[in-house]
Amino acid sequence: METLEVKKETLAKQTQTISGSQAVLEAFVAEGVDTIFGYPGGAIMPIYDALYDYHDKLKHILVRHEQGGIHAGQGYARASGRVGVVFGTSGPGATNLVTGLADAMIDSTPLVCITGQVFAHLLGTDAFQEIDVINITTPVTKWNYQVTDATEIPAVLAKAFYIARTGRPGPVLIDITKNAQLQQFEYEGYTACTHIRSYRPKPIVRKEFVAEAAELINKAEKPFVIFGQGIILGKAEKEFKAFIEKAGLPAAWTIMGLSALESDHPLNVGMLGMHGNYGPNVLTNDCDVLIAIGMRFDDRVTGRLDKYAKQAKVIHLDIDPSEIDKNVKATVGVWGDCKETLPLLTKLVEEKKHTAWVNKFKDYMAEEVKEVIHDELNPTSEILTMGEVIRNLNELTEGNAIIVTDVGQHQMVACRYAKFNKSKSNITSGGLGTMGFGLPAAIGAKFGAPDRQVITIIGDGGFQMTLQELGTIMQNEVDVKILILNNQFLGMVRQWQQLFMDKRYSFVDIASPDYVTLAKAYRIEGQSVSKREDLHNAISTMLNHKGSYLLEVMVGKENNVFPMVPQGCSVSEIRLK
Amino acid sequence: MNKQEFTITVYTENHIGLLVRIATMFSRRKINIESLNTSPSEEEGIHRFTIVINEFEEVVRKLARQIEKQVEVLKAYYNTNDEIVWQELALYKVSTDEIAEKVQVERLLREYGARAVVIRKDYTVFETSGHREETDKLVAFLAPYGLIEFVRSARVAIIKASHGFHEKLREFEEAMPGEEQIENEFLNKQDSVFTM
Repeated sequence: METLEVKKETLAKQTQTISGSQAVLEAFVAEGVDTIFGYPGGAIMPIYDALYDYHDKLKHILVRHEQGGIHAGQGYARASGRVGVVFGTSGPGATNLVTGLADAMIDSTPLVCITGQVFAHLLGTDAFQEIDVINITTPVTKWNYQVTDATEIPAVLAKAFYIARTGRPGPVLIDITKNAQLQQFEYEGYTACTHIRSYRPKPIVRKEFVAEAAELINKAEKPFVIFGQGIILGKAEKEFKAFIEKAGLPAAWTIMGLSALESDHPLNVGMLGMHGNYGPNVLTNDCDVLIAIGMRFDDRVTGRLDKYAKQAKVIHLDIDPSEIDKNVKATVGVWGDCKETLPLLTKLVEEKKHTAWVNKFKDYMAEEVKEVIHDELNPTSEILTMGEVIRNLNELTEGNAIIVTDVGQHQMVACRYAKFNKSKSNITSGGLGTMGFGLPAAIGAKFGAPDRQVITIIGDGGFQMTLQELGTIMQNEVDVKILILNNQFLGMVRQWQQLFMDKRYSFVDIASPDYVTLAKAYRIEGQSVSKREDLHNAISTMLNHKGSYLLEVMVGKENNVFPMVPQGCSVSEIRLK
Repeated sequence: MNKQEFTITVYTENHIGLLVRIATMFSRRKINIESLNTSPSEEEGIHRFTIVINEFEEVVRKLARQIEKQVEVLKAYYNTNDEIVWQELALYKVSTDEIAEKVQVERLLREYGARAVVIRKDYTVFETSGHREETDKLVAFLAPYGLIEFVRSARVAIIKASHGFHEKLREFEEAMPGEEQIENEFLNKQDSVFTM
């Protein structure tokens, strides 16, 4: 009798009656969430009401547009390596998240988004701010689910976090109806999810394929490593460095993989892709073994596939088996988490140096410097180039800052020339190329890595897409440095119109407001420069300023980004001018 | 290489919204779904999709991997017609007078093993099961005799080389993948079965 009494008591202690909204927040606390980016609304009010009591455990950043919120969540996730959390209300709040979900999906960023939804009994009735968010976001989420009963919340959120952060990360959206947010239920505590029977985030590594890969590498005369964000997502930077150093392998990066390997590492041979470096592009079609790690052979990297690395044996290390053989046929596919597969591979490869082969990359770089880079970084005419702005920035940051870019010419120039000493320091919209990404992502990055200096480089086009987030910076006093490279054009489109459409500049000249006055209206200090002699000091002022600062640099209107692999061309056909 | 008929078998959790997720993977690639069947499988709580499309093998192989990648999908297989045993159901509504009068009709229906499902004064409904070509032939034959209505079901198929899903499901329920689970099509050079 006594034991029974004790048991009942412990059971009673364990369950408490809480609301669905509180269960959501309890789940966040249990999962180690510290920051939420969001915007309230009618359908998510119960959650916001519960949030009011969690101010010591959860920080909420009120943005100015839900798209700003989700890009901030992405910036946070990229800078910290943790899951970004975003709130939005029903209807337009949810649809405003779609761009960010698509961006996170294609760039494999872990996010958990919670959207409010109308009462369950109103679903499908065209109620106020009701939208079929589940069907709209199905193609752009790794998983989504609609909760209509509060008792489901703990398990669903546990599943959401597990799915978002494991395997190939991605965005998850949970739509919670208002009644479920309000509903009181017996809460038995939070149990993190460790297994979903239909989901296998990573496999047991097949050692025989690692061995096969190692054998190919050991026999190779001209082995070439190309790497992407997988190294950063797998937190395998050390393992990667050990691997290339042992076997003496030159390594080139995609813009998503930039900063996984220090810029000045002797085996870092540069950037791949449409605006990448000369050597890595041309020598892709010269190597005998191509080792791809954590990258997916995006069309911007490969150019035309029928003339891409056909002469090479391809080794592909990736955690997503559907990427292996998707675009490029792999001779040996090593499916697995690179944090596990790289050490296994390192053990089997022989210690070697391929000095002559690595020097070939250096020779191509010398030519690229002569034809393109020198003039870009050290121009002689009065017109400021984007490259020289980056050069000055490097001198002052010494490669320690987090650089967040928007999309366009400035993005390519920044990725090409910015120096990085640490991983997770380059945050950019790669797969989707979302203009307007830069400013809100920088806000998120600062919250994700508060001890790092965060600088966002944005074009005059992209800045005008999400400049409302200056309000978020102002209200939360976020120390983000904003560097606008203003060429008074939608530069990348203008470049294509110049090169491929007979200079028919169709609607690419875009007028800008006075950005410095705009910043001041948001209580953000700033200045604008257009002369070379003012540039270095202006950047220095910006970096040393306590708090957010906006620096506009007027750069050449019709400068182009080179080298370039034109669309539909092979990587060997890269143009230097 | 030519396009040919492929049957894709997908085992999934029985959750709302999964049908849309899978269907959009086809529409996104502009692939027409010729036939789609979804029904509970032999395992409780597990649903089975049988989808028939006409495509290149390369496309189907990559598509099957993408389908299997979905969180709620357990396994996706793709097979050509000779790797499966399949049936399609068809119902034919014919005027009862026609069958009473025309001996050929009666004989043909017997030949096809058509089973009368409902017999009324004015109409009779027959059912046949078999392959598309057989059904098509019967429809063509009955047309001049006043086929009032005809409906064809989706294909259901059993993969000849499969061992059923029970063992696989048990492996999935364990936290660590079993030996068999680490097969992967390109690794084993087996083109018909993809496992994750």
